[in-house]
Amino acid sequence: MIRFDRVSKRYPPGIDALSHLSFEVAEGELAVVCGHSGAGKSTLLKLIAAIEKPTGGAVLVGGQNVGGLSRSALPFLRRRIGMVFQDQKLLFDRNAFDNVMLPLSIAGFPPREAAQRVRAALDKVGLGTREKALPIALSGGEQQRLAIARAVVCRPSLLLADEPTAHLDTETAADVARIFHEFHQVGVTVLIATYDAGLFPGARRIQLDHGTLR
Amino acid sequence: MKTWLTHHREAAGLAVGRLLGAPVNTLLSILAIGIALALPAGGQMLLANALQVAGTTSSTPQISIFMAQNADAKAATEIAARLKKFGGIAKTEFIAREQTLTRMKASQGLKDVIEALPANPFPDAFIITATDDRPENMEKLAAEFRQWPKVEHVQLDSAWVRRLDALLRLGRTAVLLLGLLLGTGLVAITFNTIRMQMLTSRAEIEVSRLLGATDGYIQRPFLYYGALLGLGGGLVAWLLAGAAALWLRGPLGDLVRLYEINLVLQPLGLPDSLLLLAAAAGLGWLGGLLSLRQHLRQA
Ligand SMILES: Nc1ncnc2c1ncn2[C@@H]1O[C@H](COP(=O)(O)OP(=O)(O)O)[C@@H](O)[C@H]1O
Ligand SMILES: [Mg+2]
Repeated sequence: MIRFDRVSKRYPPGIDALSHLSFEVAEGELAVVCGHSGAGKSTLLKLIAAIEKPTGGAVLVGGQNVGGLSRSALPFLRRRIGMVFQDQKLLFDRNAFDNVMLPLSIAGFPPREAAQRVRAALDKVGLGTREKALPIALSGGEQQRLAIARAVVCRPSLLLADEPTAHLDTETAADVARIFHEFHQVGVTVLIATYDAGLFPGARRIQLDHGTLR
Repeated sequence: MKTWLTHHREAAGLAVGRLLGAPVNTLLSILAIGIALALPAGGQMLLANALQVAGTTSSTPQISIFMAQNADAKAATEIAARLKKFGGIAKTEFIAREQTLTRMKASQGLKDVIEALPANPFPDAFIITATDDRPENMEKLAAEFRQWPKVEHVQLDSAWVRRLDALLRLGRTAVLLLGLLLGTGLVAITFNTIRMQMLTSRAEIEVSRLLGATDGYIQRPFLYYGALLGLGGGLVAWLLAGAAALWLRGPLGDLVRLYEINLVLQPLGLPDSLLLLAAAAGLGWLGGLLSLRQHLRQA
């Protein structure tokens, strides 16, 4: 599903976030990327969704070299990937329902079917009763779950999450972790960057240290 | 196809939402555009009316001969006789001074003025249609008539028509220039308004892109926004021109009646109105497109 082939990423003015990184994640696998702050976890996920481009090597997603995608091809890659961003990137002027609706609207789903999917996704993360709430009115854990609902509403085959349990109390964090386990169980490939790999027992570990595998 | 429709409906809805979300801004932008477009729209309206007048006014060139004030009926009869004998004349029409007086008195504004005068201010007149109405021949005829006794003034009507023609051409050029100038202004206004819109929607643009939105998806609501602003401005311009037409109808009609022209000032016709609205919407859309080209890559 995902293959990194001697991937390097250097940010200007010369910060090596990743160097000569090679690994593979199989289809349907649940893997966590762990490591210290600044180890390169976010960069790794961004390379998969082609939010950043590698400065060396190749990143393959489903056999496709995503670093070489043209600007016009990027949207179609991103629609196949569900992503929970480290800073969530919720839209604060739209309610929960409309936030989750956005990816479906982008993909051009017919409104009626889309609305059903939005409700299903919100139910799945336990926000079924909060669809009218603005993100600002949600707790940290609820916001995180809203971000997850938005990432999965298009039923992607690959789910990426960047520190989805950060800033959450242990109980809420376990709750969120359970949601990812459920997606893994129905066959979704899940890749999670986290400082707390203990939340995902049984997941394969990709341990980063200063941009290289350890 | 269905997806396309859904996308467009959503984008239009979003644009309307943004327009209504900041009503004061929207109103001011629409007014600015409307007032700018009212100038070429009003110009086109006047021009269309003038063309209408020029079209209905006889375009066969004629020569008018006005007798001197002190010429009596005998002098007029003599001129009539001369004209009868003169070669190259297709038609002669005699308009007695009393006839002119009666007609002028029919005009509301003039009645009092004329009645205040001690004597009939109008001369006897002949209107002549020549068999050969090329300008050179007409000039020659006019020069000949000027020599005749008791003839005060000879006027070539074709000269007037030619002058009107030149004037209308000038008017058309002026309206075109005005349209170009203020159309550019409209593009500039929407360019800037949409830049501001993009700044306020930066988060939305970024997130949409991360979720797989194409450039088209991101641009669409802004283009609708620009087109709707332009359309609103076009509507304001149309209303302003229409109001001006109603307002000027009376005074202008009275004025041109002095020149024996019957004019009821008409508002912009349907084709011109549609053109105005379409051009306004199109230019708003263009302003949006240019703004997106300029700013979207950076956002
Ligand atoms: N946009 C950027 N520009 C410059 N340096 C960056 C940028 N993003 C990340 N870095 C640097 O790259 C390294 C890895 O960052 P990151 O991938 O965010 O690590 P992590 O997510 O593991 O904390 C860090 O040293 C960070 O400062
Ligand atoms: Mg990070």
